Amino acid sequence: MAWRRLASNLLRGPVGEAMEPPPPQTVLALSQRLEAAARRRLGHGLGLLHVDAGSCNGCELELAALGNVVYDLERFGLRFVASPRHADVLLVTGPLARNMHEAIGRAFVATAEPKWVVALGDCAVDFGVFKGSYAIGESPVAFDLTVRGCPPAPAQILEGLLALLEANR
Amino acid sequence: MIAGSLIRSAALVPAHPWPRRRLPGELWATMAAALAGTPGLDLLAMWADESEVYALLLDPAVPEALVASVGVVGGAYASLSRARPVAAWFDRMIHDLWGHVADGGVDQRPWLDHGVWPMHRPMSGRAAAVSIPPQPPEFLPVDGQDIHQLALGPIRAGIIEAGHWRLQCDGETVLRAELRLGYTHKGTLGLLRGKSARAAARFAARLSGDATVAHAIAFARAAEAATQTPAPPRAAVLRAIMAELERLANHCGDVGAICEAAGAVAMAARLGLHREQVLRASAEAFGHRLMMDCVIPGGVVGDIAPGGAVAIGRALDGIDEDIDEIRRFDEPGGPLAGRLVGIGRIDAALAQGLAAGGPVGRASGRGHDCRLVPGYAPYDRFEVEPVLLRAGDVDARVRVRVGELAVAMGLVRRMLPGLPDGAVSVALPPGSGEGLGWAEAFRGDCWCWLRLESGLISSGFLADPSWRHLPAAEQAARDGEVGDFPLIERSINLSCSGIDL
Ligand code: SF4
Repeated sequence: MAWRRLASNLLRGPVGEAMEPPPPQTVLALSQRLEAAARRRLGHGLGLLHVDAGSCNGCELELAALGNVVYDLERFGLRFVASPRHADVLLVTGPLARNMHEAIGRAFVATAEPKWVVALGDCAVDFGVFKGSYAIGESPVAFDLTVRGCPPAPAQILEGLLALLEANR
Repeated sequence: MIAGSLIRSAALVPAHPWPRRRLPGELWATMAAALAGTPGLDLLAMWADESEVYALLLDPAVPEALVASVGVVGGAYASLSRARPVAAWFDRMIHDLWGHVADGGVDQRPWLDHGVWPMHRPMSGRAAAVSIPPQPPEFLPVDGQDIHQLALGPIRAGIIEAGHWRLQCDGETVLRAELRLGYTHKGTLGLLRGKSARAAARFAARLSGDATVAHAIAFARAAEAATQTPAPPRAAVLRAIMAELERLANHCGDVGAICEAAGAVAMAARLGLHREQVLRASAEAFGHRLMMDCVIPGGVVGDIAPGGAVAIGRALDGIDEDIDEIRRFDEPGGPLAGRLVGIGRIDAALAQGLAAGGPVGRASGRGHDCRLVPGYAPYDRFEVEPVLLRAGDVDARVRVRVGELAVAMGLVRRMLPGLPDGAVSVALPPGSGEGLGWAEAFRGDCWCWLRLESGLISSGFLADPSWRHLPAAEQAARDGEVGDFPLIERSINLSCSGIDL
């Protein structure tokens, strides 16, 4: 089918863009290393819980893209989960809006060990452009990893998850 | 047009492209009452500053938007919420940010202020320290026995913005749905103040990341109107190309997500792929996958890259190969045959009353599109063919988006070869003035109002269409099955961040 061909072209084909490290052809390799690391560490796939801490929703768009046929997280045993009880990793987006602090704290407590918290995107890393606003404040939970970008591209998010797992092996 | 003539009878305050009308308190109250008998005058947004409350209104038959304002007296103004239900949410936001009270408002519960900021009324000069501990969220009470409540949020299952839905259900039927927001409030309006338009553009670009281009255009056009310095023609066309690419990416994303939620995973995968190709082409042409910060006051930040047009053409060709099949998603034998029909209905009266925009409005018989009315460059030279349906259900909202894919591709293909020569930006003079700008996002009409003083923003508002879609979403979920709720929600696709400011 045409779309399958397109998908494999995107994975293997000519590098489309220079401004987006790492280049797309590394995505497949990245994903495979990530899967191996996840299984070694946990004995099962990695459950990711997305926590919106005041994002503009740009980071969500790129997180959602991780599920498309090009990146296809699920294929590698990585999956988004619906509740902290099933999560290994909390992926926090947004500038730590104070109105989300209580919910973030609760989600962290409800997540079983071993667990990691990732700051995803410039806002979560250091408040990004929202620095200085009355409506944001220091994260109620500590971050194990930060992934920069506004928003980080899907390949950068994959790279970050891999780094997290390899560091904790 | 009684309410309209009342507004037009008021004193003029210089503003661009049209003067603002400053109504004395009594005239405002009369206008508020007259709105009930003026169904054709749409309330698009409300906001405030320390001394006045503002309303943005539009009669879609007249290509001129009206900004009306009223002085706040004794801390209060007359609410418009009896005639325009959406005003209740604006009233609550105005109260939480500035402390002005909406006299006669139908809902006075807190909205953005959850009691955990360092102060109340953060935008007013009378900001007050927080003294009482935060209260648990107030939802409407349950009336009736055997009714159970479903609480969804603020951390949602899946990759969804923070928001808190309360569904009151009788068995599997939703009797009432209420959405509480404010969780993603970032203090955006406060951050605009005291900055040049150029420095503040990044906040407009982050009001709602999925509509970053459209909001950045509305903001830039407001600044250009305030300083009466239009962007060069080449910039106007480049902006429109970016905006149509943004529409394509989001429509692919929304239709794909609905397919996925309804079980048509192969179709969802194809649409996800097309979305990815559009994002990559956008990055190649303009340097950023979402084209964030590519539109600036005065024009665009850079010209289209040498290989950009070819990359965009490739992404469009990919969608073309599939478009016939995408169009058949709902036909007998198609992946979703009948699954989306009749659910999540927003009838024409509701859509008109709320001035629902974008595909939400256009699937319910409200054809407004701000590329056409009031219109803006370059759409005066590139005709937009409206896609209009009436059924108002999830199916119709998907059909409108699918129809708009073809329209957006046609626009991009006509714009790319016809790019005017010349500069891609001009510097805005550091002047003073008031301006209004607008741009049609994939979600609907985005508006921006700015007041500049010696080149710095003294007051501003960014209006996402989600304000008007929130009450529509609450209504659309009513009387439906709990199991259909995710489809209904996604078919409306509110921006929480767009409302939360
Ligand atoms: S990092 Fe950028 S894209 Fe992500 S939430 Fe913040 S502003 Fe939006």
